[in-house]
Amino acid sequence: MELIQQLVNGISLGSIYALIALGYTMVYGIVKLINFAHGDVFMVGSFVGFYAITVMDLSFIPALLLSMVTCAIFGVLIERIAYKPLRNATRIAALITAIGVSLLIENGLIYIRGAQPEAYPNNVLPMDKLDIFGVSISSQSILILSVSIILMIILQFVVHKTKIGKAMRAVSFDSEAAKLMGINVNNTISATFAIGSALAGAAGVIFGIYYIKIEPLMGVLPGLKAFVAAVLGGIGIIPGAMVGGLLLGVIEALVSAAGYSLWRDGVAFVVLILILIFLPQGLFGKNKREKV
Amino acid sequence: MKKKKLAGVFLSLSLVAGALAGCSGDSKTSSSGGGSSKSGDTIKIGANLELSGGTASFGQSAADGLKLAIDEINKEGINGKKLEIVKVDNKSDAAEATSGSIKLVSQDKVVAVVGSATSTNTLAQVQVAQDNQVPLLTPTATNPDITNKAGKLNDYVFRTCFIDPFQGTVAANFASDEIGAKTAAIYVDSASDYSKGLAAAFKEAFTAKGGKIVAEEAYVTKDTDFRSTLTRIKSAKPEFVFLPGYYEEVGLILKQAREDGIDLPFMGGDGWDSPKVVEIAGADALKNTYITNHYSPEDEDAKIQDFVAAFEKEYDKTPDAFAALGYDTGYYLADAIKRSGDASPEKIRQALEDVKDLQLVSGTLNLDENHDPIKSATILEYVDGKQTFKTKINP
Repeated sequence: MELIQQLVNGISLGSIYALIALGYTMVYGIVKLINFAHGDVFMVGSFVGFYAITVMDLSFIPALLLSMVTCAIFGVLIERIAYKPLRNATRIAALITAIGVSLLIENGLIYIRGAQPEAYPNNVLPMDKLDIFGVSISSQSILILSVSIILMIILQFVVHKTKIGKAMRAVSFDSEAAKLMGINVNNTISATFAIGSALAGAAGVIFGIYYIKIEPLMGVLPGLKAFVAAVLGGIGIIPGAMVGGLLLGVIEALVSAAGYSLWRDGVAFVVLILILIFLPQGLFGKNKREKV
Repeated sequence: MKKKKLAGVFLSLSLVAGALAGCSGDSKTSSSGGGSSKSGDTIKIGANLELSGGTASFGQSAADGLKLAIDEINKEGINGKKLEIVKVDNKSDAAEATSGSIKLVSQDKVVAVVGSATSTNTLAQVQVAQDNQVPLLTPTATNPDITNKAGKLNDYVFRTCFIDPFQGTVAANFASDEIGAKTAAIYVDSASDYSKGLAAAFKEAFTAKGGKIVAEEAYVTKDTDFRSTLTRIKSAKPEFVFLPGYYEEVGLILKQAREDGIDLPFMGGDGWDSPKVVEIAGADALKNTYITNHYSPEDEDAKIQDFVAAFEKEYDKTPDAFAALGYDTGYYLADAIKRSGDASPEKIRQALEDVKDLQLVSGTLNLDENHDPIKSATILEYVDGKQTFKTKINP
C-alpha cells in the first residue's frame, strides 16, 4: 500500500515536471535552442498568478489565463530581444545568452520585490482527499495531472493539425527552405515561444497552488529537472516530455521511499547522464543517422 | 599603431583612476578611524544580519529590535557618546556573512559586531571575530559550536539566547511528560547546523527518558516536495514528530503532512517563529503543534509588556522572539560598553564576559563558563494559527 502511495506522490510531482518540460521541449524542437530561461518564465508565471489572485481578487481560471497570456508576451519579448539577434550565431552563443537571460530575470525580480518568499492563499481550489484502500489522493494532484494531459493533447493538435503547426514543423526541418516557401520564420518562432511560455506560466500557477510557497529562485531546480525530463523522453518530442516528466517524478519518489531522500536531486542528474550515455536520443527518439 | 595608442590612453586613465580611488579610500578610513573608538562622539557597532534571502524574516526582526534598543539608549547616550549601527545584509548566505564581517571590522572599524540571526551564518563569522579580536554577539544563533567548539572557548563570541541542546532537551521532556509519547520520529534539515543540533539533543534526551526513535528522516533547505518522506514517517507509526527546521520548509511539511492524513503532534524550535509559517501551512495544519521559544509577547511580566508596547508603536506589529532578542542584544552590548570605560573591543569583551544579573526582556542574563546564557525557555502552542503561551521551563 505504501508503494502505491509513493507512486501517487511521484505522479503528482512528475506532472509538474511534465508541464514545464512540454514548453522546454517544444522550443528546442523548433529552434534547437535549450532555453534555460524557461524555468524563470515559470517563476514569473507563478508570481503573476499570485498577484492576480491576491491583489486583483481573481479566481483560479482567470488567474491561470492571465498568467498564460502575460508569460506568452514575456516569452516573445525575450525571444525578440535576446535570441533573435543571435539567430545566425553559433549554438553555444545562444546557449550562453539563455543562461544570461535566466540570471537577469531572477535577479531583476529580486531587485524589484526582494528575495523573501510569498505564500499562495490556501483556498484557491477546494482541497478534497480521496481515500482509495488506504491510498490518499488529493483532488489537486488529479487536477494537475489532468491539466498536463489536456495541454499536451492541445499541443499535439496545434503542432500536427493547424497551419501554424505545419509552419513550425517546416521551420524545424529546414528554416532556410521554409523561408523560400514563403513561411514567415520570425513569426513562427515567436509563436513557438509564445505557446511554450504560456505553458510555463500555467505550470507556475499550478505549482503555486499545490506547493504554496513561491520565491524568485524557485524556477532553477524545476527548470533543470524539466530539462532532464525532456532529454529523458527525447528532446523535441512532445509526448516524450510528458512521459519523461512523469517518470522522473516517480523515480524521485521511489528514491525517497527507499530512505535516500537526500539523494533525490542527485539521482535525477544521474538519470540524465545515463540517458546521454546509453540512449542519447531519449526514450521516444528515433535513432537518426547523421548525413556526411 | 592605433591599438597601442588606445591601450596607452586606457592604461594612463586607469592609473589615474586607481590613484584617485586610493586617495579617497585613504581619507575615508582615516576619518572613520578618528570618528569611531578613539575620539569623536559616536561609537560604531556593526550589524551583520539576514535582511534578505531565505531567513530574512529572522534577520529583519532582529534588526528592528536592535534599532529600537539603540534609539532608546541614544536618548541619554553612553558616557556622552551616541551609538551608531552600521548595517550589512548577509543575504542569508554564509559566505556573504563572512565577507560582511570582514568589511565591518576592517573598513568601518566597529567596536563590536551583532550577528547573525541563524547559526550557520554566525559560525561563518566566528573566525573573523577571533582573528581581529572584535566581539561578536549573536542575538539568536543557538548552535553550541559558536561559543565553544570541541572544548575550546571562542573568547570573543557571545550570545543572548539559549543553545540548541537546551531546546532539544526541553522538547524531549515536553514530548514524554506532557504529550505522553513513547515513540517519536525526527525529521531534520540536513543542510542546517541548527536543525541537526536540536535533533541530536532531542534524540539523546528522549531515549534517556525511555522513549524510542522509530524514524529518522532528512530533507535539505529549499526542497518543496516532502510527500514521499512523510509517507515513510507515517508508516513507521510514531506518536510524535520532532521537526526542528526553519519556517519556509516547516510550513510546507506541515501542510503536506496534514493533507496526507498525518494528524500527529509536531514540535519544533524557535526556527518556526515567523508569520510565514502560518501563511504557508494555514491555521488548520498548525493545530496540535508546539515550539520552544525565547519569550512570549503574552507573558504578563511588566518589562515584556513595556517592550511589546514600544515595539508596536514603532513598527505597528507584535514583536516575535527574534525582535525581542535583537532588542536584548542592544541593551547587553550597551551595558558592556558603558562598563568598559574607553569602549575598546578588548575592554568590551571583558565587560561582556563579566555580565551579572542583567535584566532583559527574555529573562535575567547570566553566562556559564562557555559564554552561553542561563535562562528559561517558553513553550508555545499554535491555536487557530496564533502562538499561545503554554508553559515556561527553567533550566
